[in-house]
Amino acid sequence: MSNAAHEFLRSAAEKSADLAHRQIIRRGIDSYNAANERGRSRFLDWEAARLRCQEIKWEAVNNLDRYLLEFEQRVKDRGGQVFWAENSEEARQYITDLATARGVHKVVKSKSMVSEEIHLGPALEKLGIKVVETDLGEYIVQLRNETPYHIVTPAMHLNRTQIAALFKEKLGDVDTDDPQQLVAAARRALRRDFFSAEMGISGANFLVADAGMIALTTNEGNGRLCTSVPRIHVVLSGIEKVIPRLQDLATLWPVLATAGTGQPITCYSTLAGGPRQPNEVDGPEEFHVVLVDNGRSELLANVEEREVLHCIRCGACINACPVFRTVGGHSYGTTYMGPIGSVLTPRLRGLNEFQHLSYASSLCGACTDVCPVKINLHHHLLHNRRDAVNASDRPWSERIGFKLWRWAVEDARRFRGAGWLARLGMRVMHRLHLDGTPLDPARPWNKNHAAPPAPAKSFRALWGKRNGND
Amino acid sequence: MAKVALFIPCFVDQLTPEVGLDMVCVMRRLGIEMEFPEEQTCCGQPAFNTGYWNDARPVAERFVRIFRSAEQVVCPSGSCTTMVRNFYPELLAGTPWHEEAIKVGRRVFEFSEFLVKVAKVTDVGASFPHRVAVHDSCHALRELHLKHESRELLRHVRGLELVEMPYSEDCCGFGGTFATKFGAISAAMGDAKAGYVESSGAEYVTATDPSCLLHIDGILRRRKSTVRTIYLAGILAQTASAAERRAQPAATKCVR
Repeated sequence: MSNAAHEFLRSAAEKSADLAHRQIIRRGIDSYNAANERGRSRFLDWEAARLRCQEIKWEAVNNLDRYLLEFEQRVKDRGGQVFWAENSEEARQYITDLATARGVHKVVKSKSMVSEEIHLGPALEKLGIKVVETDLGEYIVQLRNETPYHIVTPAMHLNRTQIAALFKEKLGDVDTDDPQQLVAAARRALRRDFFSAEMGISGANFLVADAGMIALTTNEGNGRLCTSVPRIHVVLSGIEKVIPRLQDLATLWPVLATAGTGQPITCYSTLAGGPRQPNEVDGPEEFHVVLVDNGRSELLANVEEREVLHCIRCGACINACPVFRTVGGHSYGTTYMGPIGSVLTPRLRGLNEFQHLSYASSLCGACTDVCPVKINLHHHLLHNRRDAVNASDRPWSERIGFKLWRWAVEDARRFRGAGWLARLGMRVMHRLHLDGTPLDPARPWNKNHAAPPAPAKSFRALWGKRNGND
Repeated sequence: MAKVALFIPCFVDQLTPEVGLDMVCVMRRLGIEMEFPEEQTCCGQPAFNTGYWNDARPVAERFVRIFRSAEQVVCPSGSCTTMVRNFYPELLAGTPWHEEAIKVGRRVFEFSEFLVKVAKVTDVGASFPHRVAVHDSCHALRELHLKHESRELLRHVRGLELVEMPYSEDCCGFGGTFATKFGAISAAMGDAKAGYVESSGAEYVTATDPSCLLHIDGILRRRKSTVRTIYLAGILAQTASAAERRAQPAATKCVR
């Protein structure tokens, strides 16, 4: 078992037993569910919108080479720069080199999961550059030295009281648990940063090929400030974010907002496509786009798994996931949590180290049901498991177990015998009051459950008796 | 008319035979002729879901061979029905059994689905004077799109009060080997589910999948809860006369 798997099991068990956590998340998801339901009802036909989004993303992902080059050309035509990063290291290097060359002291960031993926923040801080997260949720987790708990709502695990205490300690000038005053305090602090930073880093919800622009959605306006106030704007995006046409946003934007938060459209929808042009009054002097591969091309080459790249990072599958709600976002120990994280991480970062995430699902399918671009998430979990087994790194006990299982179920008499033996064992354990103890072969089940009664006869025996056979 | 073939999941056969017997009891009352192909064992889902497709494949082929001649197959589990109908085509793709598997899949029905959609029965003449909540088992709900069928059947049971529990569509946390590989997570999910069940005021919780009920039952009893689990057919098998005699499990009566 990998270190990541050990740590997941430990943390998941701890959070699973944390009832206060369960309650905070339940409340958060309840309000999301209510908003999301209202949001979907505003669509004439939500299912048709999902289908359209799936088609758009299919077209984009299956013609990624063409649309990315088109995007690059148009950005360059407007004086922007495009850097293709094969992995995290290349992406980090480009940005840290740029920051050093331009004498940057402070960076403001609007939310970018790719920046978490490539661990950009620590790399910049190592150079003495101050990095400020400007999305309120991310700002809060940054003050706590935590990673985002959720890709859309990074501070979902905290309640108002905890945030009030944090602000009092870290910001000093606020002592209240009134949400409006807390927001105002964060705003005061962040304004100073927006206007003193030399570099703004943003993600991109979409890279629009025919316009050569990035589409960015935020609810706090922080994205717009990051992309227009500092002298340099750096866009950090995965290559799968490209879409063919500007008009595709007409469907994708409202669907993303609805699936993400239940809003008809997010408060700020920004398009940015290059440095300030001669006839423009604002905007950055430099505009850089860093396109990150980091394993995505490999996923693209895998026809069976390619549709995972359709993901628009709305977080709907995470909210729908009962495992996420139980173990919480930090237990995963990965940038992307929940179902999409459990599908994606083993593919991007290695099946060996992260296969446990593909197994940590009851396969309930709630994720697939809500995905706005119709990714068959729980089927991909099954594919990950199959590939993990074929890649030969499952425990030997499990391998032998399934060989034995197959031997037993390939013959009705052997199956009957094995069942008889199992029921006998259960009765003996029960008689000796050993259920759930280390001596009990069914301990993995019985330590969490009251032991099931072991019937004396199987169905087939009873059926045979009644129907005169046997 | 040809007999309906019974597809009894492996764990039902060995651990909860009353589930199969109750289903037989209900169908017999409706005058449905049944047969039990005795060569059957398991559909292969445990291996398939754990990633052992090469071990699951011959077991799936075996299932298709055994059930290929049946006109209709009924199964007291949405999950095992899903395995055959939705996953066999992918598992057996590229094998000589692919086409046959698709055909068999179209003829396999989950129990409530069979009653309501195929036999077109909603009133099976049952009586069960208790408050009952329905847990929506995931595979029946999301893979087979069954939700109203079981409720429709329960609404026609004499004396039964159907209560809705909060979050009835949330997974109970069973998930096959998930329950043993990730016991802490599974138990916590089951615990949340048990809390919802209790908050509904129901005396019984039922479902289209006895595997969910096996899990929920183990959690409820560990919590010393007074709520009991009962598989759908267990309710539908009860008639007024059996209810009068009280505490006589319907299954026992049907068999002996």
